[in-house]
Amino acid sequence: MKARYSIFSLARNALSYHENWQQAWHSPEPKKSYDAVIVGGGGHGLVTAYYLAKEHGMRNIAVIERGWLGGGNTGRNTTIVRSNYMWDQSAALYEHALKLWENMTRELNFNVMFSQRSVLNLAHTQNEVRITKRRIHSNRLNGIDSTWLDPEDVKREVPIIDLRGGGRYPVLGGSIQRRAGTARHDAVAWGYARACSEMGVDIIQQCAVEGFDIEGGQVTGVRTSKGQIKTNKVGLVVAGHCGVLANMAGFKLPVNSRPLQALVSEPVKPIIHNVVMAGAVHAYISQSDKGELVIGAGTDAYNGYSQWGSNPVTEDTLAAICELYPLFRRMRMLRQWGGVVDTCPDASPIIGLSPVKGIYLNCGWGTGGFKATPGSGHIFADTVANNRPHPIAAPFALDRFRTGFLIDEHAAAGVAH
Amino acid sequence: MAQTYRLQDRGRVDLERPIDFTFNGKRYRGYAGDTVASALLANGIHLVGRSFKYHRPRGILGAGAEEPNALLQVESGPRTLPNVRATQAELYDGMAVTSVNAWPGPDTDVGAVNQLFAKLFPAGFYYKTFMWPGKAWPYYEKVIRHAAGLGKAPTDPDPDFYDKRYAHCDVLVAGGGPAGLAAALTAARSGARVVLADENPEFGGSLLSARETIDGKPAIDWVQATLDELRGHPEVRILPRTIVFGYYDHNWIDLLESRTDHLSRKPDDRPRQRMWKVRAQEVVLATGAIERPLVFVDNDRPGIMLASAARSYVNRYGVKPGNRCVLVTNNDGAYQAALDMQDAGIEIAAAIDVRAEATGPFTERAKQAGIRILPNHGVAAVDGAKRVRAIKAQPLAADGERLTGASRKIACDFVASSGGWNPTVHLFSQSRGKLRFDAETAAFVPDRSVQRARSAGCCQGTWGLMGCLKDGLAAGAEAAKAAGFPDTKAGSTPKASDDGFLPARWLWTVPGEQPVGHKGKHFVDYQNDVTAADLLLAIREGYTSIEHVKRYTTTGMATDQGKTSNVNALGIVSQARGLPIPEIGTTTFRPPYTPVTFGAWGGRDVGDLFDAERHSPMHAWHVRAGAAFENVGLWKRPWYYPIGNESMHDAVQRESKATRDSVGILDATTLGRIDVQGPDAVEFLNRVYTNGWKTLKPGMARYGLMLGEDGMVMDDGVTACLRENHYLMHTTSGGAGDVLAHLEEYLQTEWPELRVYLTTVTEQYATAALAGPNARKLLQEVTDIDLSPEAFPFMTFREGTVAGVPARVFRISFSGDLSFEINVHADHGLHMWQTLMSVGEKYDITPYGTETMHVLRAEKGFIIVGQETDGTVTPIDLGMDKLCSSKKDFIGKRSLARPDMLDPQRKQFVGLLPDDPEEVLEEGAQLVEVLKDAPPMDMVGHVSSSYMSPNLGRSFALALVEGGLHKHGQKVFAPMPGGKTIACTITNPVFFDPEGERLRA
Repeated sequence: MKARYSIFSLARNALSYHENWQQAWHSPEPKKSYDAVIVGGGGHGLVTAYYLAKEHGMRNIAVIERGWLGGGNTGRNTTIVRSNYMWDQSAALYEHALKLWENMTRELNFNVMFSQRSVLNLAHTQNEVRITKRRIHSNRLNGIDSTWLDPEDVKREVPIIDLRGGGRYPVLGGSIQRRAGTARHDAVAWGYARACSEMGVDIIQQCAVEGFDIEGGQVTGVRTSKGQIKTNKVGLVVAGHCGVLANMAGFKLPVNSRPLQALVSEPVKPIIHNVVMAGAVHAYISQSDKGELVIGAGTDAYNGYSQWGSNPVTEDTLAAICELYPLFRRMRMLRQWGGVVDTCPDASPIIGLSPVKGIYLNCGWGTGGFKATPGSGHIFADTVANNRPHPIAAPFALDRFRTGFLIDEHAAAGVAH
Repeated sequence: MAQTYRLQDRGRVDLERPIDFTFNGKRYRGYAGDTVASALLANGIHLVGRSFKYHRPRGILGAGAEEPNALLQVESGPRTLPNVRATQAELYDGMAVTSVNAWPGPDTDVGAVNQLFAKLFPAGFYYKTFMWPGKAWPYYEKVIRHAAGLGKAPTDPDPDFYDKRYAHCDVLVAGGGPAGLAAALTAARSGARVVLADENPEFGGSLLSARETIDGKPAIDWVQATLDELRGHPEVRILPRTIVFGYYDHNWIDLLESRTDHLSRKPDDRPRQRMWKVRAQEVVLATGAIERPLVFVDNDRPGIMLASAARSYVNRYGVKPGNRCVLVTNNDGAYQAALDMQDAGIEIAAAIDVRAEATGPFTERAKQAGIRILPNHGVAAVDGAKRVRAIKAQPLAADGERLTGASRKIACDFVASSGGWNPTVHLFSQSRGKLRFDAETAAFVPDRSVQRARSAGCCQGTWGLMGCLKDGLAAGAEAAKAAGFPDTKAGSTPKASDDGFLPARWLWTVPGEQPVGHKGKHFVDYQNDVTAADLLLAIREGYTSIEHVKRYTTTGMATDQGKTSNVNALGIVSQARGLPIPEIGTTTFRPPYTPVTFGAWGGRDVGDLFDAERHSPMHAWHVRAGAAFENVGLWKRPWYYPIGNESMHDAVQRESKATRDSVGILDATTLGRIDVQGPDAVEFLNRVYTNGWKTLKPGMARYGLMLGEDGMVMDDGVTACLRENHYLMHTTSGGAGDVLAHLEEYLQTEWPELRVYLTTVTEQYATAALAGPNARKLLQEVTDIDLSPEAFPFMTFREGTVAGVPARVFRISFSGDLSFEINVHADHGLHMWQTLMSVGEKYDITPYGTETMHVLRAEKGFIIVGQETDGTVTPIDLGMDKLCSSKKDFIGKRSLARPDMLDPQRKQFVGLLPDDPEEVLEEGAQLVEVLKDAPPMDMVGHVSSSYMSPNLGRSFALALVEGGLHKHGQKVFAPMPGGKTIACTITNPVFFDPEGERLRA
């Protein structure tokens, strides 16, 4: 049993110069075989392993990660957590996640700094107003908090905003979800890794998948850069390269992979409290606890695997930020980066079974994966353990592209994603 | 005001031009050519701020972009700037700077109380606490947020403006030091177009801070001669105060030119900054190198600075950082700084040299100059909290991991520290170039370029001046040649010294009296308050990947992005893990090199220019008529035309009624128009629309539905056959661009064999739609076209003149009324409109906007793509399956055969009549069949359009409802917030003229 984290343990360890802290997680070499192997050591993969161990009694399992834990989109996103999705299926999924977020810090005994500072989604055109209201009504009837804001309400929530939007796209209103907010992304990966490790899950970094052993349509093992691992259950929980892995397993996924970029400013004293998303002009902004303005930009207009993003996207986003917040024009961009997002034609994820027995899919989250992290892993663990989709996961089956039962989040364009 | 520490006999500041400025409200004086940092040091000020976490007193560490400590707030009010590096801010008259993160000031900072609890704040402490009680995090967070952040964001709109420029060149040279100048010279001599940029106001780079000679003369003479020659080449562009900050794909390079920050009075007509977007054929990176501080105990005390910075202050700015210096070094090169300082009259109290043996060319010269050297010594302690007072030296044990023997205290008022040098490989790394670890200099150097670029001078690990010049000359010549210019004779390399900074000893942590972390702090990242002990803690806790170390401790993540800390952190991690540095790896260098103003990224794309605004040729008329406008795509469309103080509701009621009663006129110019020509045009139309086009004869028009490959409605509109193999397609106003892109994608990638040519002609026409029972009478007065129903039936078009100008008139209708859409050349649009308005007076012609258009079409049950459809609606859902031909294939057809598409419970298009005819449903309202007391409730659909109709004399709506096509007559409810419920009846969506008699009249 690991030492619990608290102000008391900090004080106690201070006496020994913090030299007696234990490893947050162990990094063993892979065993020859596991009851399940989760591919992908990001938030979703680690949560999956956590619930497999915690709720399904599967302790002989491993999470394998090509790079370092949380180094993919878990550590590259703008940390927004919300559940105000329009479609019933999405709302169920993200609300399930939001409820888990609300208790994550205490459950993990690791402060993930989940901060319910509210998320505003602005509407800049009549059509956006219509779509936003439709989403709010839908949220409300699904039991999700979501309220319409008139422009003056927006101003009250975000005093520094210029409602004229510089003149071109005035703010016509927006929605607010008060339970929504941000979290410390890296801490999510680390907190779950620590909890997994404590339950005996092997966390293996620097271990790239090179192929799958499949016999008679059933997976029997994973070939990795650290050798062969026997297993009858493989959960693919990767972003950015899920198409590549599916290819190794002999099937195709309907995803496009594109760089999505984000950037931060230099840190300043608190100036903006909420998360404010402006979908029409593509400018999302919040301020981190460290004081940096965290800004989400758009995806490149073409497919690619560079964790980078193209210049014009940065220009467009910052022009939009300058329009909505003229006082930020003198702020400076400190760092800009990209993450590769795998997006399905309907902008919803794929969660469930795959064409290969024993291989399970949790991928295609596009730009919206971080907020779903705990919910995604929770229902996916149930899916992997029981070899059938969890009820919340069921609508997100790969098969929907055959049946046409799409959950088209593009349609909810007012909810930018 | 005395500048006690100003040297009169050296430096490049202009002693004839004194400059007054204030620091924390107190007046000081400097000279033109000073930075804020050099002017503060001239006045004896080292303590400039407090650190991020512990609020430790902090001084000036560097002399350039690497500065982690001396971040100041420049000015107040609208032009305020947070977190400005004092080492780069040029001094101007009346400049007001203040410390950040210190209250009331850096001397008496209340936040310093944090130091008492410092032991509780190791790396990542916040992940381990603030968890109890459960709901308290918002309160903890509030305190943390107020403690964090450095400077203050402006609170007023920015009075300045920004500019962007594109440039192309054959050779871009980043950096105007010896290597960069030399490279620009040879490239320019070959005739290449050269862009040479340097972040400093003056070119010369390290030579500005040096006392070296080139060809026997002061190096600065060579700089001047080189610049003179470069200025003589017409194809050379020289950009001072311009930082090359971003290196993207295909040699796309971003530069930021600073234009007014150094001026006391900011000219109104000059942009504050200009962002250059340069596409360079070839690139020479000559970005120099940055010195590393040594990591010894309490190495952050004000007065402790980089040796190179001390040298720069003495030689470049004519400022003594103090009177009595202790040098702490691990290499020979640092003695060059000591010698220069001694020459300037600074007493070198001692040189603490961690090397077992102090040797090397500069070391020897220092010995000859009588400098006391303490070889194989470490730093036991540093005295002085707000300013270093003394440093305690003590011999190192054989393994270099602890101190041994007796210590001695050396009084001093500043310390020059050198831990070796890092080539500035940021741009090279951004360009995706691969780095290699050079063990001899313990630094990352460029290995393989992946773009058309080469590095020259210190940034590629060439350390002597002679070598840098040679590198530069060769790189410039090579770049020009690679860009297609003739070989130039590089000429002989000017003569200069060629000393590096080796030998050195790589002692990543200089041990103190007690183990690291026990007493005092060994700072690695000054700005983020990351110590060697923090790095060790991260590794101890399993955060062993360098990315984890970085994120857990935040090392290298401050505004300096680790320019002085990254390699020291790597060294410490490597030692702790017992792995060589190359196996630890590096974190990725991200753009920008130094922070870049948001405003510069936005450039002039702000205000009215944020996005293009499209206007119809009749726009000015609408403005005069007092129209309210709405954004539709990029278009500004008249929304409604209020008369006097009329409300929107009243205006729309009036416009709707007047149109149905007599005649209304709508500006329909914004509809997208695509000219479709070619022998395969009809086949093409057959493939992109759901319905068939083979039977459409010249003179006829037909409504078409366009689907995406997912089978969902993506656009609709009328296409006319102008003549054989020549069609005019109409799209929705907002969808025109996407539709053209969609069509071109299919033509170019899926069906390259089709001989079809698409041209957008949206801008070529102006269109007015006349609608209402008097439309024919009115139009006939101004046209030579026979408008009789027999001569001009519904869904045809005729060509002739209207108002005396050539026109094409379509008899189509989106209002559901008798309607003509008149197209004229765009130039004639206003004339046509005005003629119709004046002739129409006798019919009480009423201009109407998009809102009335929406009401009229909704009365008729016509959909609007994007309102009734949202990308999830099929033609079947709309009850338009008859428009889907079974005789041919079309985009989306296969998707329509998927099982879910045929599900009778899909949401389908219906009309709604609220029980209360005065009640207008909210658009977007959700519908339920079974009411519950409270959510959640099962939703069966939503309201897509909803209006009050003066023509129906009641409210009505359009909606999508599960299985709605077969639910006409059934009840649904819209539960609103606050408990109100609106009951409605599902109906056929056609409310007006269901037989189409008006339409075809």
